[in-house]
Formats: sequence, C-alpha cells, structure tokens
Amino acid sequence: MAASFETARQVREATEQTYKYGFVTDIESETAPKGLNEDIVRFISQKKGEPEWLLEWRLKAYRRWLSMPEPRWTKLRFPQIDYQDAYYYSAPKQAARPKSLDEVDPELLRTYEKLGIPLREQEVLAGVAVDAVFDSVSVATTFKGKLEEQGIVFCSISEAIQTHPDLVRKYLGSVVPPGDNKHACLNSAVFTDGSFVYIPKGVRCPMELSTYFRINAANTGQFERTLIIADEGSYVSYLEGCTAPMRDEHQLHAAVVELIALDDAEIKYSTVQNWYPGDAEGRGGIYNFVTKRGACRGRNSKISWTQVETGSAITWKYPSCILQGDNSVGEFYSVAITNNYQQADTGTKMIHIGRNTRSRIISKGISAGRAQQTYRGLVRISPKATGARNHTQCDSLLIGDSCGAHTVPYIESRNRSAIVEHEATTSKISDDQLFYCRQRGISEEDAVALVVNGFCREVLQQLPMEFAVEAQKLVGISLEGSVG
Amino acid sequence: MLEIRNLHATVDGKPILKGVDLTLDAGEVHAIMGPNGSGKSTLAYVLTGRDGYEVSEGEVLFRGRDLLAMTPEERAAEGVFLAFQYPVEIPGVPNTTFLREALNAVRRHRSLPALDPMEFMKLARTKLKALHMNDQLLKRPVNVGFSGGEKKRNEILQMALLEPALAILDETDSGLDIDALKVVAEGVNALRAPERATLVITHYQRLLDYIVPDRVHVLAHGRIVRSGGKELAQELERTGYAAFTGEAA
Repeated sequence: MAASFETARQVREATEQTYKYGFVTDIESETAPKGLNEDIVRFISQKKGEPEWLLEWRLKAYRRWLSMPEPRWTKLRFPQIDYQDAYYYSAPKQAARPKSLDEVDPELLRTYEKLGIPLREQEVLAGVAVDAVFDSVSVATTFKGKLEEQGIVFCSISEAIQTHPDLVRKYLGSVVPPGDNKHACLNSAVFTDGSFVYIPKGVRCPMELSTYFRINAANTGQFERTLIIADEGSYVSYLEGCTAPMRDEHQLHAAVVELIALDDAEIKYSTVQNWYPGDAEGRGGIYNFVTKRGACRGRNSKISWTQVETGSAITWKYPSCILQGDNSVGEFYSVAITNNYQQADTGTKMIHIGRNTRSRIISKGISAGRAQQTYRGLVRISPKATGARNHTQCDSLLIGDSCGAHTVPYIESRNRSAIVEHEATTSKISDDQLFYCRQRGISEEDAVALVVNGFCREVLQQLPMEFAVEAQKLVGISLEGSVG
Repeated sequence: MLEIRNLHATVDGKPILKGVDLTLDAGEVHAIMGPNGSGKSTLAYVLTGRDGYEVSEGEVLFRGRDLLAMTPEERAAEGVFLAFQYPVEIPGVPNTTFLREALNAVRRHRSLPALDPMEFMKLARTKLKALHMNDQLLKRPVNVGFSGGEKKRNEILQMALLEPALAILDETDSGLDIDALKVVAEGVNALRAPERATLVITHYQRLLDYIVPDRVHVLAHGRIVRSGGKELAQELERTGYAAFTGEAA
C-alpha cells in the first residue's frame, strides 16, 4: 500500500493537471450525421453488417425509447439532455478491420500506451488480456489466440455477432431487457461495441480479461454493450477501465453490461471508472448512466461486482444480482469518490429468488468539495427464497463542510426465514487524524489519501492485484485539493 | 537545541501561555510538571504547530532556525517528535504502512533514499527487538483496538524509527499500569543520546523515577514558575502544586 502513495506523489509532481488522461488523439474518424432517428439506427446496424433480427431488435428498442420517461427518482440534478445534439457513431478510419496489431493505426497504439495500457503482446501486463474500445469500436484484442486454445471466446461484441450469433441471440437482453429503463433502452437501439466473453464448461480462465474504454471524439456518446457468459463450472475475472479527454461540454455514456452464471460458475467483475469528472467549477464531464446486472441462473453460482468510481460528472449505476439458482451468491463491493461538483447516485440490487441465496454489500462513499453522493440499494427476498441472507455495510466519509452523503436502503422481505442486516455509518476525516499524520512528517494531501485508502481497504482488497495499486493511486489523485 | 523566548499563545482567543522561557540543550532531558490546565499540552501543540494554537508573542528557535515559521510536517522532518497523550486511531491503515510512509517522508526531507517494504521491515524488526516489543504491533491498523499500554508503546516505536533530534513526551504515563510504565520508560531511556534532547511533560512524579531528568520546570498559569534539578520533582510529590498555583496567581 505504501508504495502506491509513493507513486501517487510522483504522478502528482509529474503532472500539472489533476486529470492526466485529458488529452485528445488526433485521428481521422468516420462519423454518422448528428442526431438520432431510425436512419441512424439503420446506419449503425449496416456499418456492422448485422443480421436482420438484430436490426429489428434495435428498431423496436428505439421506438420504445421515444416514449419512455427518464428516471427522475434520484437525487441527481442536471438539465434536460438534448439527444439530437450528439453523434451516435464515431470510428477511427481504417481500411478494414485489422487482423493483427501490426495493422492497427500506430496513433491508436500510442494513445493506449499513454493511458498505460500497452497493447503489443510483448509489452502487455503479464496475465491480462485486453480489448481496447475507442469511441464506438473495438480496435484491438490481445491474447485472443491463447484463450481460444481453451475454447474461451474473448472478442468485441460486433465480432461475436458474426462468429457466435447463436450465443448472442440467446443471451442478449436476457438480463437487461431493452425496456428496463430509458438509458438501457437507448443503448439497445444504438450500442456500437463492447466486449463479449464466453467461458466453456469447466474452464477456469487462466488470465484476467479486461476492456479499456476510451471516449475521444467530441460530442459523441459512448454506448457499449458487454455480455459475459460463464458456462457450468467455469470461472472468469473481468475488469473494465475508462477515461475520456477533458472537454467543456458534457458527454453521454450509457452502457449495458449483462452477466450470466450457470451452475457452479463464478464471475468476478471489477470496474475502475475514471471518466473525466469535469473541472473544479463543475464544467464538462461525463454523464455516466449505466445498467449492469448479473443473473446467477445456476445452482451454486456466484457473481461478484467490485467498483471503484472516481470519475464522471454524474454517475447513475446500480450493478445488481438476480439470485435465481439455489445457493447462489451475489456480492457488491463499492468505493465511490466525489469531489468538487461531482454527483453520484449508486448502489446495488440483490434480488433473492432461489433458496439459501446469500448476498453481501459493502459500500464506501467519500464526498469532498461540493459533491453530493447517494447510496441507493435494494434487497428483495421473494417468497420462495427460504434461508436467504443479506448483509449490508454502508459507510460514508465526508471531507469538509460543503458536501453531502445520503443513504437510501430499500428492504423488502417476503420470507420469514430470511435474515437481512443493514449497518450504516457516517464519519468525517478528523483534524486529530490529519495532525497525527503531519506530526509524523506526512503532508496533508498524503495524509488524506492514507486515511481514505484505509477507509476503503475492505473493498480495494477485492480488486485483482494488478489493478489494486492503480486504484489506490486514483483514490489519492481524485481527492487532490480537497483539504486546506 | 531548543530556545523558547517569552512565548505567549492563545486557544480560541483565550490566553494559555503567558511568557514561557526555556532552553534545552542536546543530550539533556528536561521535565515540565504542573497542575491540570497549566498549559503543558498547549506548549506541546504550539511547538509542533497544531491548528488552533495561536502564538501571540515570542519566538522559538530550533537548532538556530525559526520553528514557528514551519508547517507541522516540516517540523517533523527537521526532527521534532511528539509522543501523543492520546494516540489517534486510523482504521484500515496497517501500522507498517503508516510508519513507513512517515519514515520515508522524513528521509526524503533529509535527502536519503526511501526504504522499500523489505528494508523497512528489517529495520522495524531490529527496533522492536531493542524495545522488547512484539511483531504483532506492526500488522494491526494504526492504534485501532490497542490497549492504553500498546498505544504508548507504539509511540515509542515510532520515535525509535524516526530518530528525532527533539522528542516531546506528552503525559506518556497517563493510563499506564506500573509494568507498562516501566517498558515505556525503558524505551525512552534507550533512546537517550548526546545528540538528542527530550522534553517530558507529566503531571506525576512517578514517571521521573524511571526517566530521570537533568532539569525540572514547574509550569503554572502559563508560565514557568520554578526550575531546579531532579529533586524538585520529589519535593512536588510531597508538597503538591498548591504553593505554585498560589505563587503564580
């Protein structure tokens, strides 16, 4: 842990701006006309050479979206979004889909290197396969061959639509149906790319799979769609990371992630979300409206969500688990940090349907500056979920006097044998703690990072090791300027 | 080493220190004794730069430099260490992480290379052994769930690692039973050195049976009202502070 503070300091010294991923790549793009209508939906589907059923699926979603109300039950405050004032498709121009990394535009490879995500296989992080999504399309996937040897499919969803149409057709929208909510519905109509993972029966995926999302083009929304299927007795650990350039206008990101775990399968899904949060006055930043849901369809299956949310002007996201299979387990570990004018309304839903299903929620929220943060969580025990158990621990930490933390738990239990526990705390970083650290020679900013990392430790420990260090650094950087 | 001249300080606008003069040389141990509310802890916080403790008059020179102009972390890096009366808990942060962060911050200030975790553990184990303390202290979160004795021992361990030029012990004996007191005193004595000065703040004489001071000062109503040798502590034990509080008023 200490090493990370060391690095965090060096990072700070090396960069004048707090958000170090704010650069723009100068690359020629192919863009759909501005605005949204049926022709745009057709344009996207045609660009991707999709089968007829998928185009129909998209159009149906689009028509439904037109009449759906926006979710306004949150504590989030933002102006009406003008959906016609954005581009829905932007892809770096290249002759054909590159077959190997040698054919990928060097400018793109350099962009990912700058982000700390080298894509050339000899340079990549050992044991991590990466799918790199740039604006609307996937530009490269590493280690594909090696994974194929075990029957694992890891590719962009556009590719999977061509190569594994049956799997896609069977599972797409089966966990998050298009009509689930307005943002998911929009995604269903215009999703452009994302990752697809299939782990065959009994296979334990030998490396971390990860997708790195990058928004580059201005005024462009990113709508990626991720689908992960863990067949019986399989295991996979998957991680996503995200960044975007600094721009004065808000950009929309509305993703959908669906996970399916069959009998005895386990999926561990981790997110380090660092979209551009806007500047210190609240100008610009990403609107992050994401629907993530996992279905534990099989007996003894397990889905575990871990998220570190430090970016975005607004975060609206509730990674959830539907615990259908008997003895299935759902977990949600979350660290959310909001500084300056950032807003977050985040939490989870644990829907207990099967018998002896268990869920665990640990949420750590940190607010600084003028930020407002809400934990919103639902635990539902259905009548058949005999022996279900839930434990929720929800802690908020406040830095300064102008921020807010809110906890909104919803508990619905319809089975007498269920045990549901909810614990919540709110605390402030104390002057005593800061002075104690400073008296030992630790600067005020490092002291804040130290105390906050301690506060989040239970959650950060859940991250794959390769990313835990990154996440700890991010915690320190996100809170820069929050004291003194 | 330390020269305090006519130091006045206020807390919440209320004058607490009203002209403290004190000179402490390298290699010496001085004790500051006094009744509750006499300004002992205020003096410790003013010397270490805690927010809310305002200096209204006077100056403090530490190795010839203006101590009051430095931030708390600069003072620490320059070699001023405070063993807290109430050590603070930091949940989730392992003691090792905290100690290594602190040590490396101080080393950086002194242009020494930072220690990696392996090097640090080696050093920490050596110090623990010298202080007859247990490894377990390192693994637990900073002061969380520590007994009173463990907290104070942890302060002494930090002092041993940071090797300060000036150590200020604020009521280190409070809340300790006699066995814990002996361990802590032994630790402090082991750190006595010709290049180090120590200021022991205490209400009771009993700590001074184990840490024998070169000089004893009595602080009452924000001033040093009397100074003497170690026998002054014994006299106080017999007569109490009443004479001095009367004298100062």
